[in-house]
Formats: sequence, C-alpha cells, structure tokens
Amino acid sequence: MSTGHEAAANAPSAGEYILHHLGNLNSAGHPQSTIIDFSILNYDSAFFAIFLGFLGLFLMWLVARKTTSGVPGRAQAALEILIEMIASQTKGIVNNEHSRKFVAPLALNVFVWIFMMNAMDFLPVDLLPTLWQKVSGNPHAYLRVVPTADLNATLGLSIGVLLVCFYYNIKIKGLGGWIHELFAAPFGNHPLLYLPNFLMQCIEFMAKTVSHGMRLWGNMYAGELLFLLIALMGMAAPTLSLGGGAALWAGHVFTGTLWALFHIFIVILQAFIFMMLTLVYIGQAHEGH
Amino acid sequence: MDPVFANVALACGLIISLGAIGACIGISLMGGKYLEASARQPELMNELQVKMFILAGLIDAAFIIGTGIAVWFAISTFLK
Repeated sequence: MSTGHEAAANAPSAGEYILHHLGNLNSAGHPQSTIIDFSILNYDSAFFAIFLGFLGLFLMWLVARKTTSGVPGRAQAALEILIEMIASQTKGIVNNEHSRKFVAPLALNVFVWIFMMNAMDFLPVDLLPTLWQKVSGNPHAYLRVVPTADLNATLGLSIGVLLVCFYYNIKIKGLGGWIHELFAAPFGNHPLLYLPNFLMQCIEFMAKTVSHGMRLWGNMYAGELLFLLIALMGMAAPTLSLGGGAALWAGHVFTGTLWALFHIFIVILQAFIFMMLTLVYIGQAHEGH
Repeated sequence: MDPVFANVALACGLIISLGAIGACIGISLMGGKYLEASARQPELMNELQVKMFILAGLIDAAFIIGTGIAVWFAISTFLK
C-alpha cells in the first residue's frame, strides 16, 4: 500500500484516494464526519437510485409494450422467465391470493431495482466521478455511483419493507389482533409474559430490518472497496521500475477481471436474496404465531 | 506510528479473519451436505442448488458486513 505515497507530488495517497471515493456528494459539501447525521442528504445516492429505478421500469415497459403471444423475442422470453420465477416463489411463500397481486410485482421491482443499483459497480470506479469532476468544474468533487454501497440507501429499502410488513400485519390480523400477537407471542398468553414477549418482538423486527439492509450494503461496500484497491494497483504501476510496474499492471488487469466476474454472481445473488427475504418477511406478516 | 492505529490494525485483522473462519466452515459444511444430498437424490439437484446459493449468501452476510466495517476502520485510521 505504500506505493501510493511514492506517486507524483500532487497525486493522492492510497488512503486519500479511497476516502475520496467513499465520500458522498451530499448537502453538507464534505463527507459525513459522524456515523449518524439526519441533516445530511446524499444527493448522489438519491439521484442514482431514482434514476435506475425509472430506468428499470422503462426497460421492462419497453419489453412489455412489444409482447406477443406468438414466438417471443429474447428480451420477452428473459422477462417472462424472471416474472414466472418470482411468481412461483411468491406463491410458495405468501399464502394469500389477494396480497400476491401486490406482493409479486413488488418483489419483481425490488429485484430489478436492486440489480440495477448493484450493477453500477461494473462501471470503472473512476469513470463517473472523473466525469462529474470535469462537468462540475471542481477537481475535488465527491461522487459515489453505487447507491447500494451507501448504508442509508439499503437501510431505507429495508425500512420500506418493514413498513409493508406492518401494513400486512394490521390488514390481515386487524389492529387488535396484531397488538395481541405482539404481547402474546412467542412465549404464550400470560400477563407475566407480556413484557418479555413484546421485547422479543421488538428485537425480532429490529434484527430483521437491520440485517436485511446491512447484508446488501456489506456486500456492495466490500465489493466497491476491492475495486478501489485493484484500481490503486494499476495507479501505482508507473511509480515502479519497468519490471515491477509491468507485474503490478498485469496483476491489476488479472485481479480486476477476476473480481468483476465474481462480482456479477454477487450482484445477482444479493438482489435475489434481498427479494427473497422481502417475500419471507411479508409472508411472516400473513401467518399467526 | 500512533499505538491506537496499531491496535485498530490488529482489530481489523481479527474481525476479518475470525469472520472468514466462521463463514468458511459454514459454507463447507453446507456444500458438503449439498453434494451428499445431490448424490443421493440427483433429481433434487437443481432445486437444492437455488436454496444452497441463497443460504451461501446468508452465511456470507455476517462476514462481509464485518469486512466492510473493518476496512472502513482501516481507511479512516491508519491508511489515511
């Protein structure tokens, strides 16, 4: 890692380079310094998340517009496979015909949206930030392009799922029924057990939501960091002698290719897991204890 | 170098390595069982494969979260 320090005088050190890439373009103008700060809005995460959400909807609409009952094209066949797969998963998990009309499209959107956001990792790590620095005229402008590598975005998604769970809990069991379940499950319906039951339920909801969001964030964040470290290898190559530089450059290309290929798998898997857990949590809201 | 940084470096190593041990043991146990199960009942192979990948993602999660946090610590202290 020390090779970064030996670069040209105005080049950033390895740590500075990574830290700069992990700073959000936000309303404060500088990277967030405390762990929790509700006064800051991350413009880049919000922009890319909303943009990619609409892009995903637009792509699906393009395919849906040209659907034919005859021989389907490749795009239509792919989308049909995806929709059938999600419909069958939903059928197995959510046992309520009426809810499925909302939950299955929700799951499809969650999958496509998160896949699109994760797939931003495949763009070269410096491409969009450098373009943004050129466009905005500020050579130190911050920009992060992977919304799911921002904990705020993933926890936002998982809290959204939690609210849907609350909605279905109240809708299926009734407000009274749900409150009864909060206090009478999992240990049993006895006045002495009301408090432990309620605490257990609170812990359960909290653990579900936090782990749901952190799982996606952790995978994407670690993936992004590895891409940054791989980029640093390539950046350090010119600072070494010919042999060492060539070896470092070859390592950069080799590990970059390998990690990008493996990351394709992680991107799809994490989008799929987020979708499956969304379905499982909503399915749990339909079942009494 | 600041001794706090050295401790953070050690802590990061521990977070990543202990998490990796757990995740690797978990994945290997599950992978072994999956191979056994699909050797016994090859017709269930595809169905089990999907479930295995989901579980692999779930097992990996704690380790990956740990790695993310450890690297976050690292770059905000001694790699700065």
